[in-house]
Amino acid sequence: MRTICFYFQVHQPFRLKPYRFFDIGEDHHYWDDFSNRSIMRKVAQKCYLPMNALLLDLIHQYNGAFKVSFSISGTFMDQMQAYAPDVLESFQKLVNTGHVELLNETYSHSLASLKSKDEFKDLVYKHQAKIKELFNGYTPRVFRNTELIYSDEIGAMVSELGYDAMLTEGAKHILGWKSPNYVYVNSIEPKLKILLKNFQLSDDIAFRFGNKSWDDYPLTTEKFINWINAIPNEEETLNLFMDYETFGEHQWAETGIFEFMKHLPEAVFTKTNFSFSTPSEVASKIPPVGKIHVPIPISWADEERDLTAWLGNDLQDEAFDRLYDLEKLVNTIEDEEIQRDWRYLQTSDHFYYMCTKFFSDGDIHSYFSPYDSPYDAFINYMNVLSDFMIRLKEKSGVSVEA
Amino acid sequence: MKVLMFGWEFPPHISGGLGTACYGLVKGLCHHNQDIIFVVPKLWGDEEPMADFVNASDVTIDYREKRFKSIWKNLTYLEVSSFLVPYLGPEEYKKFTDYAIHDRTDVDESIFSTKYEFSGKYGKNLMEEVSRYALTGAQIARDRSDFELIHAHDWLSFPAGIAAKEISGKPLIAHVHATEFDRSGESVNQVVYDIERAGMQAADHVVAVSQLTKNIIIRKYGIPAEKVSVLHNAVLDASIIQSTFKKKVPEKIVTFLGRITFQKGPEYFVEAAKKVIDRDPNVRFVMAGSGDLLNRMIDRVAELRIATKFNFTGFLKGKDVDHMYAISDVYVMPSVSEPFGISPLEAVRHNTPVIISKQSGVAEVLTNAIKIDFWDIDAMADAIFALLHYKGISQMFKELGSEELKKLKWEHVAAKLVTVYEKTLSQRS
Repeated sequence: MRTICFYFQVHQPFRLKPYRFFDIGEDHHYWDDFSNRSIMRKVAQKCYLPMNALLLDLIHQYNGAFKVSFSISGTFMDQMQAYAPDVLESFQKLVNTGHVELLNETYSHSLASLKSKDEFKDLVYKHQAKIKELFNGYTPRVFRNTELIYSDEIGAMVSELGYDAMLTEGAKHILGWKSPNYVYVNSIEPKLKILLKNFQLSDDIAFRFGNKSWDDYPLTTEKFINWINAIPNEEETLNLFMDYETFGEHQWAETGIFEFMKHLPEAVFTKTNFSFSTPSEVASKIPPVGKIHVPIPISWADEERDLTAWLGNDLQDEAFDRLYDLEKLVNTIEDEEIQRDWRYLQTSDHFYYMCTKFFSDGDIHSYFSPYDSPYDAFINYMNVLSDFMIRLKEKSGVSVEA
Repeated sequence: MKVLMFGWEFPPHISGGLGTACYGLVKGLCHHNQDIIFVVPKLWGDEEPMADFVNASDVTIDYREKRFKSIWKNLTYLEVSSFLVPYLGPEEYKKFTDYAIHDRTDVDESIFSTKYEFSGKYGKNLMEEVSRYALTGAQIARDRSDFELIHAHDWLSFPAGIAAKEISGKPLIAHVHATEFDRSGESVNQVVYDIERAGMQAADHVVAVSQLTKNIIIRKYGIPAEKVSVLHNAVLDASIIQSTFKKKVPEKIVTFLGRITFQKGPEYFVEAAKKVIDRDPNVRFVMAGSGDLLNRMIDRVAELRIATKFNFTGFLKGKDVDHMYAISDVYVMPSVSEPFGISPLEAVRHNTPVIISKQSGVAEVLTNAIKIDFWDIDAMADAIFALLHYKGISQMFKELGSEELKKLKWEHVAAKLVTVYEKTLSQRS
């Protein structure tokens, strides 16, 4: 059996509003409701609604032979409920076909797996519960961590939580000569299957599709089929993992991305020996070839495929450490707003905005950042965190010290 | 006495401390019944009518006047690098030069048109405006013969003062509010330095805003000590401000407020903050302002892992500045080089005890403040800790500081200035 596995990441963060020093101690609402709503609405029109409609058509057209999977973050689900019930409804329709798999992640798209096992578990359970609530009791069997962050230890932790499989990046530096087009297992807990992203073919769609200076532009369905057929016959699975916003937002409709997707299934069925599967089908049907060793965490970001987009510079490390200093105290406080803000503050995007790696040439990071500079991002976040600490102190009577 | 005074800005349209000082000085001189003809590059019409204002933009140059040609000849060197602008940080400066290089008007042509519309700002045509202002100074000096003395404030108006002296033969006072060494450290702009020195050399007497500035004038500009008088700045209003603005954070607040640039010493404040926070968790440091060192300060605060106790506000204006003073428990001005430095006096008006560097002019007039060397972060940390914890000393500073403030009046400064005027005139005759 040879099969293609599509997984789309669906996520929006709760962005912080410009939060001034004078607001500390007084204003406890941190979220930029206006921009969070307007971005959600904009992307809904450009991506979520048209792409969901297209996928629903394709699933019906091929009677379920075409299938996909999503990981929808908890913050995204909250935003759908608040700003885009139409988007929620279209996702529910997709899941109801029975040919769409939902994956589990941390509720707030957080980096907790790198810091605290307890917090990580807690956020996973919360995400599980949210999916159950919105999708008719659905229970995911496969896990994907924030930004496909993975290491042997994180995998073991996920296995402990009872998942069958986990997704991560097919990073060159961990694979070496090996191919991402097989199923592997975690090196500590071999019962956890590991599905690796084929970054070459995934990124051809996600990053290069509309790039006119790319040698292979324009990417047609025929060309892509040729590349799929060039995969050695013994390699059984092709994992195409990408941000869902690829369709219509990162790659605008004008690039032809929707047309490309519309015609891809037909071409796969008629011109290749590949089928389509969801991650749990791949994990259960394709036998693993061996262990994959990842002692140091990897991710799907940037050329380095490491954690440096979120952690590593002083700004990020300071913000990250100060935030998780609060974990124990937060857990003692039963207050819905405190708990919600605690979750939203963990969202990886806040740390991404503080990245200085591409400071000079304003690369992909600045495209996604609402701030003028990583420094602005840091100041704003720390002002908010300062206020959050004051609230914790008030609620608990315990002083939080830096 | 009638004085022809050249300034660069006047309230309410000011962007720096120079305009405020000129305002206080003119007000004080009025108190002593002096007649002031005050020239500014651009008048807005809403200035307080305390002087005989002359709008340089309205002055028509009569360039049949042969003597102007020689003045102009001496000024042409200003054009060499007419896109150099003081008062800008390196980053702003770079943006600005990129722009200016591609956007230069033909200087000669515009300078010798009969009228010239000054911006009166510190913008891209600054050097051009300074040159043109000099010609205007010459014209005014020729048109008006009713003044006895010329008084020019800072280098921007020195060429005008020199020109007016050459035309009228009347004595010139050069007033130094800041030197190029205060603004740029050791990397001085040679053109600005040359103008400053020419102004001080041409002047019959030099006025410095502090002993510190006088020392620089003697050491770096080679002006003889007996030619320089020290006249400290004063405050317009010494009343204590009882703010109703309440702070919302539980911690005590220690504040730095000013441009975040090399000469203000922000890095010493950050290092001292770390030392205090290590000893006392109940304190919050605030750095208010912007400048070319802001990002470096943020990096350092993150590196020291004190960012939840050290906040940045960005540039503050209007009411926010008052609010910041009002909620501060200690105000620190760790300037590396500050000719005077009015902001600690503002803090005192808000009943906030202050720590100032010995390298500031204000340290010469404010007794009830803790004075430290800007580089001595241990002493700074000790002082902050003491003012936060030992009520006695902070209470004493509050009470005595406000008393001291009342003595810093512009009329006192003006009285001394009148003596300088009289002495200068008598030396002439």
